[in-house]
Amino acid sequence: MAAVKTSRGAVPHFILPLSILALLTFATLALAITTGSVSISNAELWQVLSGGGEPLHRTLVFELRLPRALSAFGAGGLLAVAGALMQVLLRNPLADPYILGLSGGAAVGALSSMLLGLSAAAVSGSAFIGAMVSALTVFGLAHGTGSWTPTRLLLTGVVIASGWGAAITFMLAVSPSDQLPGMLYWLMGDLAYARSPWPALIVLGLISIIMLPLGRSLNVLARGQMQAAALGVSVRALEWTIYIAASLLTAFAVVTAGSIGFVGLIVPHMLRLVLGNDQRLILPAAALAGGALLTLADTLARTLIAPEQLPAGVITALIGVPTFLYLLHRSR
Amino acid sequence: MLAAKNLIIDIPERNSGTPLSFEIKPGETWGVLGPNGAGKTTLLHTLAGLRKPRSGAVELAGTDIQLLRRKQVAQQLAVVFQNNGEGFPATVLETAMIGRHPFISPWDIESAEDLAIARAALQKLELGNLEHRLISTLSGGERQRLAIATALSQTPKLWLADEPSNHLDLKHQVQIMELLAEQATGNCGIVLCLHDLNLAAQWCDKILLLYPNGDACWDDADTMLATPALEKLYNQPLRSIVSDGQRYFIPLSSRNSG
Repeated sequence: MAAVKTSRGAVPHFILPLSILALLTFATLALAITTGSVSISNAELWQVLSGGGEPLHRTLVFELRLPRALSAFGAGGLLAVAGALMQVLLRNPLADPYILGLSGGAAVGALSSMLLGLSAAAVSGSAFIGAMVSALTVFGLAHGTGSWTPTRLLLTGVVIASGWGAAITFMLAVSPSDQLPGMLYWLMGDLAYARSPWPALIVLGLISIIMLPLGRSLNVLARGQMQAAALGVSVRALEWTIYIAASLLTAFAVVTAGSIGFVGLIVPHMLRLVLGNDQRLILPAAALAGGALLTLADTLARTLIAPEQLPAGVITALIGVPTFLYLLHRSR
Repeated sequence: MLAAKNLIIDIPERNSGTPLSFEIKPGETWGVLGPNGAGKTTLLHTLAGLRKPRSGAVELAGTDIQLLRRKQVAQQLAVVFQNNGEGFPATVLETAMIGRHPFISPWDIESAEDLAIARAALQKLELGNLEHRLISTLSGGERQRLAIATALSQTPKLWLADEPSNHLDLKHQVQIMELLAEQATGNCGIVLCLHDLNLAAQWCDKILLLYPNGDACWDDADTMLATPALEKLYNQPLRSIVSDGQRYFIPLSSRNSG
């Protein structure tokens, strides 16, 4: 396991993987911007970015491809960080951001607005409200009359999620058929609806900064609630913070890109298999790797069978599942 | 250093029992004895401030432990838990390093000194050559020693250990008890929940007997470790023998004593 490198002290151990991931991020963003119905060469991209280039290329880059690529990056990063946080909160390496029913709540919100024929902004808004309602419901119920344990939180989340699932099936069943494709694309996760990348990027940046000084406490919490309390962590406050942060991250991701699957589960888990379990490294690494993965997936989604587009969620699953299985198989 | 003031631990569906009032002074080793379910672990957690008492208080250096910040408590007091299986994958060294957590500010990273303390603790528990192993690959006894190494790297003034000899072979049992005795000599206060009467007789200065109904009594080990009282505590016939001035207790079975 690569975790052995911790012995050299934390900082040098962080720089190399984060630099590699940052390079990877730039590479996927460049690929996303240059690939499409009109391909742009790297030289042309450079001209455009330095303020010149053809007007068509400028429009393509600044109004279509760059916002979409940044949205994909933001949503992917949000999901991966949310997944990494949920895994620590539940002490379960296989938890994902949707395990507590957030995507279901968001989907019910979004599909309701679509059924009512509301604007794209209203769809995003109701998806956000749905996600937060789900997060608060699960947390409130799991909190109950006393202690909440990861198991109780998990079970509550799973039950609420299946409740949302039933509601979604019902809505799909009663929807007029001309609305179905849009709804299904939203459910699979699709960046064609992404409007502005900024909310996702700003939330990702803010929460990463808030989590920075909490990294070591997260490492301690990963050893269990009692052990963490005995080592001076205010467990209740930290768990609340993680829960709220993960819920916000997930809600913004879902609003940006619909319920993209697998990124939040696979990216942090893959990183853990390769980089070890220091949350101070895993969280920023997840932001970069999750972002890069979804950017790449979205680029493939809109080019593989062009001019038709696939939902990005299909691609993340197609890339993620085999990679994950391979890593899991190799690790032991 | 650590004092119970009219303390009644909170065990559901149990009457209050004897209020506990005692002080663990530097250099003392206390043994808590009692049958399964008597509340030894709950008492230990309450003394560590991890559980609220039903009534009364636990005071750490004169202040109610519930009013102190967890970090302040952790800088003085280490807890060795009974189950160390919970949690995420981590390496042995990473686990020992978290003992340094209470001493490092949120914006800092572990210093070379912290690393040296953790490494020394692992060496002391004979885990030095396992530092890159994942905890999940360790044996029960190795995990137990790691839990003690983590507490050791916390450099506590008070040790609260729940059955520290659990899972350990005889050599390591002796080693752990010697380590704790060494800590006591260095003016640490030590509280141990124990099942092994012989370890209690050999290593503890003070004994607290905890009965399933909440009754309790405590005093010097010499006075407390009397065969009739222990037989009543465990509801189990015992024989006591003395060898080289040291007392030993052997549980009797009606099958082979008859």
